[in-house]
Amino acid sequence: MNKARSNPLNSALMHGALILYTLIALFPVFVIIINSFKERRSIFREPLALPDAESFSLIGYQTVMKQGDFFLYFQNSMIVTVASLFFILLFGAMAAYALSEYRFKGNLLMGLYLALGIMIPIRIGTVAILEMMVATGLVNTLWALILVYTAQGLPLAVFILSEFMRQVSDDLKNAGRIDGLSEYTIFFRLVLPLVRPAMATVAVFNMIPIWNDLWFPLILAPAEETKTLTLGSQVFIGQFVTDWNAVLSALSMAILPVLVLYVIFSRQLIRGITSGAVK
Amino acid sequence: MTALTLKDVNKSFGEVHVLKDINMEVEEGEFVVFVGPSGCGKSTLLRVIAGLEDATSGEVRIGGEVVNMTPPSKRGIAMVFQSYALYPHLNVRGNMTLALKQEGQSKAVIEERVQKASKMLNLEAYLDRFPSELSGGQRQRVAIGRAIVREPKLFLFDEPLSNLDAALRMNTRLEIAALHRQLGATMVYVTHDQTEAMTLADKIVVLRDGRVEQIGSPMELYNNPANQFVAGFLGSPSMNFLPAGIVHEGDSRTLGVRPEDLFIAGDGPLAVRVSHVEKLGGDTNVVGEVRDQQITARLFGQHAIEPGQELRFGFKPEAAYHFDSAGARL
Repeated sequence: MNKARSNPLNSALMHGALILYTLIALFPVFVIIINSFKERRSIFREPLALPDAESFSLIGYQTVMKQGDFFLYFQNSMIVTVASLFFILLFGAMAAYALSEYRFKGNLLMGLYLALGIMIPIRIGTVAILEMMVATGLVNTLWALILVYTAQGLPLAVFILSEFMRQVSDDLKNAGRIDGLSEYTIFFRLVLPLVRPAMATVAVFNMIPIWNDLWFPLILAPAEETKTLTLGSQVFIGQFVTDWNAVLSALSMAILPVLVLYVIFSRQLIRGITSGAVK
Repeated sequence: MTALTLKDVNKSFGEVHVLKDINMEVEEGEFVVFVGPSGCGKSTLLRVIAGLEDATSGEVRIGGEVVNMTPPSKRGIAMVFQSYALYPHLNVRGNMTLALKQEGQSKAVIEERVQKASKMLNLEAYLDRFPSELSGGQRQRVAIGRAIVREPKLFLFDEPLSNLDAALRMNTRLEIAALHRQLGATMVYVTHDQTEAMTLADKIVVLRDGRVEQIGSPMELYNNPANQFVAGFLGSPSMNFLPAGIVHEGDSRTLGVRPEDLFIAGDGPLAVRVSHVEKLGGDTNVVGEVRDQQITARLFGQHAIEPGQELRFGFKPEAAYHFDSAGARL
């Protein structure tokens, strides 16, 4: 066994550092959640105090439920995030497989072209995107957001996945070919399960910016029926008065689904049946 | 009948010419071993036969039919890979039956073939296990089983033993030999290990730099190598090569003598200073130097020889091989 890992002092220090980091990372979330259950005055008087009998209040949640269609916003965010992730993973993995598996003219150029998107922020093209969406009549639809987010996520997905797919054993794919599997079956049944950890990484990387994005919902889909959660919460933030109770309650509720999705994906990160396929 | 015919097969990857004018015939039921140092193109040749790579030019015939344009699954072949290449998401039974299901065989046929193959390979107890739950030797047997159930015209083995440890390698080698006798199938086997080649093959194909150096039975190649490369590649320890001038003044040829053909002789022509002795019990390998040329002798039995000792080695004239400066046999 590794000497450094078995030393109790090292182990304690390591755990201490990790626990400290966890506390720092979770602290803002914690503050948001406790304050969402307090009345307005107590939020400002003692922002770090836990809600007690005197300061406990659900006013923020009540405001959120009453004002605007919170569940619709929630549903919109969920649809956009899940659909975008689905398309990013599907198309990203397919492109990555083609780039890593097949020798064709312009393979390298195509790979570079696809990776270029990592370096150029998609927001630079906002005006052109808006014009395109207007021309195609997609403004104020969830499709506008899904398409833009898919485009935004693809470069990194192709880049990461093609690296991982190069590591999938050629013998395994060839065994499939000799056994008469089609290229699609080889891709879906043999290769995808083996790059699942990489897929989960890509999903996590893409999920959070999409869920939290304010820019594109504000520009491409600001209509009431297509508002996302982040955009919907903005009604409580005014230029002069901000309804902090409502903002904190909305944020608390927005954290939950991301957490659930994260747990689902991170479980995939754990390598399971993949070991023992080759060697 | 001819099971496999290769005619002027060439393969290039871009500028790199990997296989050069390969011609050979494999008879039905024959066990053919491709052997050569790494990078000689033997695996590429196997992949061309399998259809995983296309030949740049030339003709590949399996069972008399030209298969250049036939996809791997329709060529009537089965392949066993060095890395086993088992499907990680399927259990042993699933691994063995996948190809048959793709072919659309009936359930009864599939079941019967799996039973037969798993009995042959002692895999019956493992049919419901997943590859990750098997040892290396078991995985290799599953990979072989996956090939057997297809009842192919041609078995292809790509260095199937190189991931196994020495003891298991010997056992699996014997199993493969037994399997070949039992099935009577045509097998093409790639290895860089000359022991595997010598022990398994009916016919050995020695490859170097994408060219066939010599084709023949193991003993033909051992007794009658066509050139210095084949002579040096087969046999262990490998043949000694010395300037023939050491023995006969003024002889410019290269002299080749196998280590097992050398013996201690007081009046022998080779004066050797011993630098190392390997005592194996049954044999003794003596490594020494003759006028700065390294020489190895394999003596039968046990000998009390120590490093630093001066010895004289002799050999029978019929055990001597001669090669010209380009390596061709004279």
